[in-house]
Formats: sequence, structure tokens, C-alpha cells
Amino acid sequence: MKDIGQVHNPYQDDKVIDACSLFGAMNTSGRRFSGEDITRAIANMHDRSNGLGGGFAIYGLYPEYADLYAFHIMYLSQEGKTQTEAFLKTKFSIAYDEQMPIRTAARVASPPLIWRYFMDASHHKPEDRSEEDYAIDCVMEINTRLEGAFVFSSGKNMGVFKGVGYPEEIADYFCLERYQGYLWTAHGRFPTNTPGWWGGAHPFGILDWTVVHNGEISSYGINRRYLEQFGYQCTMQTDTEVIAYAIDLLVRKHGLPVEIAARVLAAPLWDDIERLPAGEQELLRTLRQVYGSLLLNGPFTVIIAHQGEMIGLTDRIRLRPLTVGTKGDMLYLSSEESAIRLVCPDVGKTWIPVGGEPVVGRLGAPLQPESVAASGSDATLLEEGQ
Amino acid sequence: MKIRVETNDHTARIDATGLRYRELNTVLKEIVSDGIRKVAVHGVCGQRYLGTGLGRPAEIELFGTPGNDLGAFMDGPRIIVHGNAQDGCGNTMNSGEIIIHGHAGDIAGLSARGGKIFIREDVGYRAGIHMKEYQDKKPVVVVGGTAQDFLGEYMAGGILILLGLNLNDGEYHKAKFIGTGMHGGVIYLKGNVNEYQLGKEVGIAPLEDSDRQVLQKFTGEFAAHFGYEAEELLRHEFIKLYPRWLRPYGKLYAY
Amino acid sequence: MKTYLPAKFMVERDPERCIQCQVCVNQCTFDVHRHDPDQEMVRSGEENCVGCHRCAIFCPTRALAIKRNPLDYRENYNWRPEVIEDIIKQAETGGVLLTGMGDDKSQRIYWDHLLLNASQVTNPSIDPLREPMELVTYLGQKPERVEVERHSLSLKTKIAPQVKLEVPVMFSAMSYGAVSLNVHESLARAAAEAGTLWNTGEGGLHPSLYKYGGNTIVQVASGRFGVHSEYLDAARVIEIKIGQGAKPGIGGHLPGEKVSAEVSMTRMIPQWTDALSPAPQHDIYSIEDLAQLVYALKEATDYAKPVSVKIAAVHNSAAIASGMVRAGADIIVLDGLRGATGAAPKVIRDNVGIPIELALASVDSRLMQEGMRNRASIVVSGGIRNSGDLAKAIALGADAVYIGTAALVALGCTLCQQCHTGKCAWGICTTDLALTKRVNPDIGARRLANLLRGWSLELKDILGGMGVNAVESLRGNRLHLRGVGLTDTELEILGVRMAGS
Repeated sequence: MKDIGQVHNPYQDDKVIDACSLFGAMNTSGRRFSGEDITRAIANMHDRSNGLGGGFAIYGLYPEYADLYAFHIMYLSQEGKTQTEAFLKTKFSIAYDEQMPIRTAARVASPPLIWRYFMDASHHKPEDRSEEDYAIDCVMEINTRLEGAFVFSSGKNMGVFKGVGYPEEIADYFCLERYQGYLWTAHGRFPTNTPGWWGGAHPFGILDWTVVHNGEISSYGINRRYLEQFGYQCTMQTDTEVIAYAIDLLVRKHGLPVEIAARVLAAPLWDDIERLPAGEQELLRTLRQVYGSLLLNGPFTVIIAHQGEMIGLTDRIRLRPLTVGTKGDMLYLSSEESAIRLVCPDVGKTWIPVGGEPVVGRLGAPLQPESVAASGSDATLLEEGQ
Repeated sequence: MKIRVETNDHTARIDATGLRYRELNTVLKEIVSDGIRKVAVHGVCGQRYLGTGLGRPAEIELFGTPGNDLGAFMDGPRIIVHGNAQDGCGNTMNSGEIIIHGHAGDIAGLSARGGKIFIREDVGYRAGIHMKEYQDKKPVVVVGGTAQDFLGEYMAGGILILLGLNLNDGEYHKAKFIGTGMHGGVIYLKGNVNEYQLGKEVGIAPLEDSDRQVLQKFTGEFAAHFGYEAEELLRHEFIKLYPRWLRPYGKLYAY
Repeated sequence: MKTYLPAKFMVERDPERCIQCQVCVNQCTFDVHRHDPDQEMVRSGEENCVGCHRCAIFCPTRALAIKRNPLDYRENYNWRPEVIEDIIKQAETGGVLLTGMGDDKSQRIYWDHLLLNASQVTNPSIDPLREPMELVTYLGQKPERVEVERHSLSLKTKIAPQVKLEVPVMFSAMSYGAVSLNVHESLARAAAEAGTLWNTGEGGLHPSLYKYGGNTIVQVASGRFGVHSEYLDAARVIEIKIGQGAKPGIGGHLPGEKVSAEVSMTRMIPQWTDALSPAPQHDIYSIEDLAQLVYALKEATDYAKPVSVKIAAVHNSAAIASGMVRAGADIIVLDGLRGATGAAPKVIRDNVGIPIELALASVDSRLMQEGMRNRASIVVSGGIRNSGDLAKAIALGADAVYIGTAALVALGCTLCQQCHTGKCAWGICTTDLALTKRVNPDIGARRLANLLRGWSLELKDILGGMGVNAVESLRGNRLHLRGVGLTDTELEILGVRMAGS
């Protein structure tokens, strides 16, 4: 797809502006579950979106191809498919490919042709390039150079499903009730300046990192320019894309732990830093000094996911909502508590995390609410007579 | 969809499972205007604006998790939530009562002009923001637990009570910017705060007798709603936060 | 501290004409004129003069003339007198420079570069004095199409609430507190007489004006002052104010000294406290939150009234407006760079926002491109000075305009920009009861209604000249506009061709 921005941001506004509903669910023991509950949960927040975008990311999705890159590609033309497949054959060994299974009766507007590929890159990549960077190069190449094709999912053992419609319609279209994963994120979109094209829905991702996002990053201009120095091409012109690349830069390239990366994106106020013990103070001051251009300023809640981890984060003055719920080894993140209660009526604990403090769920490490600086509640639903 | 409503004299029971907010509110408005004075709504799950536009006194018991803007612009009814409330409960409320057997999300009591909100546990950001008062019309928010940042921001009136019941001995509240921009009303706070947690427009004072009377009245109501001993709640020290100036920004400008 | 500020104006008193009657002393609220009892003489100290002309107009013998102080600095295009004097003020106070009314700087006024069309030969112009000429405009959400029952030919479509305007000019939001009750009453009565609407602004509606509810737009702004169910029920339209052109992104502080007993009652806050309007509405941090408030208001008023959303015209107005429509706004209001205010930081007033002409053109185009122009009416404000601007706004795509400054000028305002001081000598922008009686609502309503009548007649003339007899034939009809002295980019954004082409 030559100029995604043209499709995604047809009026060439400063950027695409949208907001929405978020939901995430993770089984920290790695038990896989189907998409039915996730779909019900995100559908319960129907009024937060406007039918111009819905999407899901699923981890632990393709265990049978766990070591292969799973590319999900949208084609706007047959020619795009031919060209792209010719390109893929020179860059990867394709183990298996097929048209994405869909429910043709589903209520969605003008879906593109969608195809998925399971591919090995290890024999093709140059010596001096990491496999990940090589895969990213190929994604960027298709998305910026080839006509009529767009890679919207490029990780291993995970996949993104998204399109134009309410999220429950998108789930129906892609038959998500048939898939299993141990970590799901979901998004219902309310864009204001794009007629909605399938690639523009959330989640956004690169490799196995995905982001679903609610809010608007007022610092977008500088966040984007900063990332462009590191070779990221912000073709989609959205805040969300910028968040995905920022995480990729901080965690994958600069090797920072996720908790530290969160302190870059939602940096503490200078006054708060000044009150910390010396060592911590120095760390946080240095992070702000070095990565000031990556401070995400403006209202946001994001759920960032990659293999084995789900992270919820809000801006430092918490202008967008996030509620967390846990029950045993299940972790839920949601824009609204009701969506959690809908799918997990006996959720053990729900709480609202403090702005700027990440909530991190990890495989093999169930979240301990007590250890989180947050306000909590174990109110249960008391039915009459109980 | 057939909406399940059972009515009996002046009471009704509604099953809200699967209902959109507009359907549920339409039913509520209809039955309350038909003279029903007590409604129990079961299976509430995210429906917004419950209690809005009812326009006459009624007691609405909600089982489940009501959606945002619970009781927005509300004038009169009493809402009891068996569960947690989301964001914006009591938004620009005029009169009535909201009693939450759980926690509440952000901006509880935003711009309230009257009425009372009792929250058994914690509140999110900006609780009581820009509450107002005029003569005998005074909104009251009582929070059993603790609060997040910007509690009582811009407060122009009303009474905000934070009981800190879930704090351990000696534990501090974590909220910062408490009462920032406050220029009216009063906050009574139990549990410790550092001075840097307070907005610069706020002063600290010990309680006077008139304060104790106010506290007694509303913590008493809180205790009655949630089964606490009122004396127990008042046993610990409270501090009173008050606006240092009626006109916090009087010196901000060059003319 | 001795001030280094020079006097802005000179007061010239003709001793031959002055009869020492002291009218000027009584009329001036800035203490320029004073009576010297020793010498039985009225004297003038011009350092305080703001150039409001109250004294000159009311002087029975026309003895006074107010002139600009010719004190010249060395010529410097960069360090102009205003720049120098602003620095002096801040050096002496350490404060934010406050001002009133709208941006007075020299950014391009596009109205003056747009020209209207008229019919000649190939189609006839129409004589509006003797032929029908319709200005009636309905504001509100319209459906995409109408459905009719095939057999009975009865209407199946249920249209959303609509508001009828006899003339597409409304009075824009000015709060009670910023302006006086007499100004509100004048606006309300003139609106009722002319069949249009006035707007309470965010300070509530005084009980004595509830009877004009059918012609009233009530505002719900970030301060939520005076917002309660009777207020919402009384209104014809409810307007959510997100921003205003004079101070996009900025809240407001009505200074405590303006919060009199009556203002306090209407706003429902204690007397003499500052009335703070936060910068954002704290229940709207995102577009889906706007939808939440729009529907909260609809829910509170049983879906019986249109909900309007007003924003300041800013960089991404088109995208924002599209979001507002999707969020359920029935009317969207764009307030441009020149929109006025009772008080705003000068740096914001003069530097933030975009001209209304460009915002209007791009919003109207965007909603058309997205196929949802019918879903909301567009109202513009911020610098509409006369019926020419009105006609051009309609041709660019506006359904109606709001006038604020023009209405105040009708009541006597001379744009001395001292609204924020509360000392308005014309009794408009003040709550001082000694001053507010200078606006008599009988006369005020008459002057305002006259203005609307004059503009209506002129608009009909303009329409007739174009050969159309209904205002909807001009609405969004940019072929009736041509540009002069504009760049290609400006013409493209305005969607207007160069004159002569």
C-alpha cells in the first residue's frame, strides 16, 4: 500500500483522532480460552464506539505454527496480492497460507480480501540483521511500497483481527468464537476524522507487540518526529501507532523493562521525582531528561500486549478510565467495570489503578492486587436474599 | 425485546439483563410517573444515566454495576447501588441520594449542587470536583475509604468527608492535589496527609464544635447505610481543609 | 510603584461649550473627569481614559472630544507601542494580561475578501419588497431521507426536534455576571420579538427570564453554573460549551466582585466568590465522553430538545466537528478567532484559534464529504459585523450565525475592551447596579430588534439580487461567492473561485 496515510487520514489532518472502549483478558497460567466472553465484554461498552472500527489481538493463537511469523494481510486488489506474494516468496519460506476464514453473513461494510501466511525467516535474513528487524523491514516494505496490500499482524503465535464495524460485528465476521488464546485485547473505536478503513482499526502492532488505545495524545507531533530519527515510519498517522513504536524502541531496542518504559511514556511529575530516594530520583530524572520527547502527553489509556505480557497504563493525571479485575489466574483490564462483571460475575477484586502506574500481567505470575498502589474494592454483587 | 417488569402496589422489580440504557430509563421513567415509589433493578450492567430525568422522588435499588453518569442531573430520587459505581456518578446532581455499597470511579459528584453521595469504599480521581452550594443547598459526599488525586478540585461549596477506613494505622492517603483551586466548601479528612499532597489554595484547621456537628450528622448517616458504629467512625482525629481565599486567582492578572 | 504607562487618550474640553454641568463626571466610571469644588470647575485627568466615549455622547453641549494621545515612540515595526506597554504592565504587576472583547489584531478578515453575486440578464433578480422572500431556518438534526407510507402517503419518518428561526441570526452566549440582567432581558425580548433565540451563556438563567424560555438557548459549560432540571426544561435548545473563540482551551474566572446577590442566586454559588469555569468539562476528556454528556442531557429532557455543541475554531476543527456530529450533536457551533469575551488572557485572545471563515468552509466541506451534513446544523460566530458577513457565512455553509459584539454595540458598546474591569460605563458588562440601569430593557430590546430587522431586510435584498427567494438556496451555495486578493490555497480552503473566473 503506497501511502497508507492517504487512505487512513484522507483529509490530511494533523493525525487521525479517535477514542473508544478497551478490554483485555489474560490467563496468567497460559490456559487458552475462546473469544466469546471478550466479544460480550467489549459489546457491553457499545456506546463508547461509533461503529467505525473494532478489533482484537489474540496471543497463544497459533501453537501449531508457534515458531513462524504469522502475517495477516489485507488486500485491496488481486494485483496487490500477486505482487505481495511474489515479494514474500523472496523474503521468507512460506510454510502454509490460506484465506482468512470469515462468516459471509456478518454485518460489515466493504471488507477487503484478507489472507494469512505462516513463514520462516531464519534462512533468508542477512547475517548482520536480527530476525525481528528483518521482519519489520519486510512489513514496512509492503506497507509503504506495494500497492493495495497492508500487513496488519506480524507476530509469532498471535494474531490481530480488525475492521470497520462495531467490535461485536468484527468478532462475528472473523468467527472469533472459534479461536483460543491465553491473552486477548479488544477495541471499539470512535474515530472523528476518518471514514474508517479496515487497516485503521485497533489494535495496532508491530511484530507481536500490539496496542489498543483510548484517548488523544496531544504531544503526537514530537513523539512522532522523535521516533522517525530511529527509522520508524509513522505511516498511519495515529497516536496508537506511535505508542507501538515507542514501546518497540524502549523495550526491544533499548532493552528497558516494561515498568521503566511505562515511566517514560507516563513520566512522574518533577515534584514527585524530587521527593523520591536518591537512586530512584536519579533514574527517573535521567529518563525524563533523555526521553522527554516520548512523554505521551494528553488523555490516554492503553493496553499493550506481547507474548506473555499484558500491560495497562493510563496517563499521569488519569484522564481516561481503566479498571482492573482479578480472579485466580485471570486478569481483566477494561474501560468500564461493568464489562468485567458481565463476563466474570464473581470477579474477586476490582480496582482503579493510579494514573501513570502500569498494571502488568505476566505468564506464570498472577497479579497480586495487594502489591499494587491502588484503590481497591471487593464489593460483590449482592443479589436479594443472599 | 419484552422488558420484564413486575409491579406490586407501589413497588416494582425490573430485570435489566441485556437492556440498553434508553430502554431501561424509559421503563423507569414510566413506572415512576405511574406512581411507583420503590424499584429494584436486577442485572444492571453498564447502563448509563440511571436516575436521570425521573423528576420525582423514588427509591431505586440497583443490583449490579450501573454505567457512567449514574444520577446525572438527578433531582430527588434515592439510588442504592449494591455493587460498584463507574465514572461520573452524581454528575451535576441537584437533589436526592446515591448510596454505593462498593467503590466509585472518577469525578463522583462533579459540579453537584445538592444531594448526598455515600460511597462505602474508595473513589477515583477528582471526586467532588467543582461542587457548589447556595444557601441551604449543599451537596455532601462521604467516602468510606480513600481517594485518588485531585479530590475536591475547584470546590466552590459543599461538604466532602473522607473517612480512610481502609488505611492502616499511621498510613497516609495517597491522593495529591487535594482541594487544588478550592474556593468554597469544606473537606473533613481522617488519616494522614503530607502538606505537599494538598493544593496551595487549602488551609488546615482543627475542628470546631460546628464542624463536629456536621461530621456527626453525615458520618451517622454513612454508618447507618453501611452498618458501622457512628461513634467508632468519629473516634479518630479529623482535620478540616478549608479554602484560604474566596478568590484564589484575584492576584493573577494585570489590568 | 510609579507607572511608566503613558495615557492612551487625550480629553479635549471646549471651555466655550462646557457649562460645568458635571454629566461627564457622573457618566465616567474610570475617574477621568472630576469636579474641583474650590474652583467650581470640572477638570479631566486623561491617564485613566479608556476611550469609551460615554462622556462625549452624553455631554449636553458637545463640549468633549476624545482623541488618541499622539505621543510617539521612535518608529519600530517590531517593538510597537502596544508591545512596549504590555511589558510595562507586566513589569508592574507580574500578572497575566487580561483584556475584553475579541482579537483586535491584523490577521486577515476573509469576509472582506469575499464578494457576493447578483443576477443580470440570464436570470432575473427578485424584488424582495413585493415578492415572497423567506428567511425561515430550522435548526436541528435532519434524517438522511424521508420515508412515506406508500398507500396513505403519510409521513413515516420521525424527525428529531427542530427549532424555527424567523431570521438566521441569534444572539450568542453572554453570561449573566459577565453582562447585566438588563442586557439579558434586552436580548431575550428582542429574540422573542424577532422570532429567534438568545443564549444564556454559562451563568444560569435569572428567574425573571424563564418566561422567554421558548426563545432561549441555555448553556451547559464547564462551570455548570445554574444548571438544574428547571433550567434545562425551560430551554428551547441546550448548548454544551466546549470552548469559545476568544479563549480556546481556557477556562474563565468571573471575578468575585461581579458575583452580586442576584448573580450568586442565578449561578447558585456564594456571593463574592470567584466563579471558576474549568478549562475542560471534567466529564469530557475525549470524544466518547462528549457523546455521554450529549445523551445525558437528552435523557434528562426526554429527547425533546436539540443539543448544540459549541467549540472554538482551532486547527483540526473539521475533524473535531465530524466527531461532534457522530457524538450526537444536533447543532454545532464554531466560534472563530475574533469571537469576543468578557475577559480573556490577551495572549490567548490574540494568538490562539483560526479565522471563522476558514473553519466554517472546512467544516461544511468535511461534513459534506462524509455524507453527514444533514445530521447537524452549523452555526458560526466570532466577528459577524453586518448582513454582508451574514450572507457570506450562509453561502459558505452556515445555517445561522450568532452575534455577540454586534448586539452589544447595538446597546452602546464602543469596544473599549474594558469588560474585564467590571466598570463598563455603558452599563453592559458589569453587575454594578448603579451602572446596569444605564441599559433600559425597553430601549435595549428595541435597539436589538431594530438591528435584526435591518439585517433581515438587507439579507432579503441580497437574496433577491441573486434571484433566489429562500435562504436555503444560498446556504452552502459557494458559487455565489468569489474571492479577491486571496492565494490559491486560501481559495481552495474556502471552496471559492477567484473573482473574474
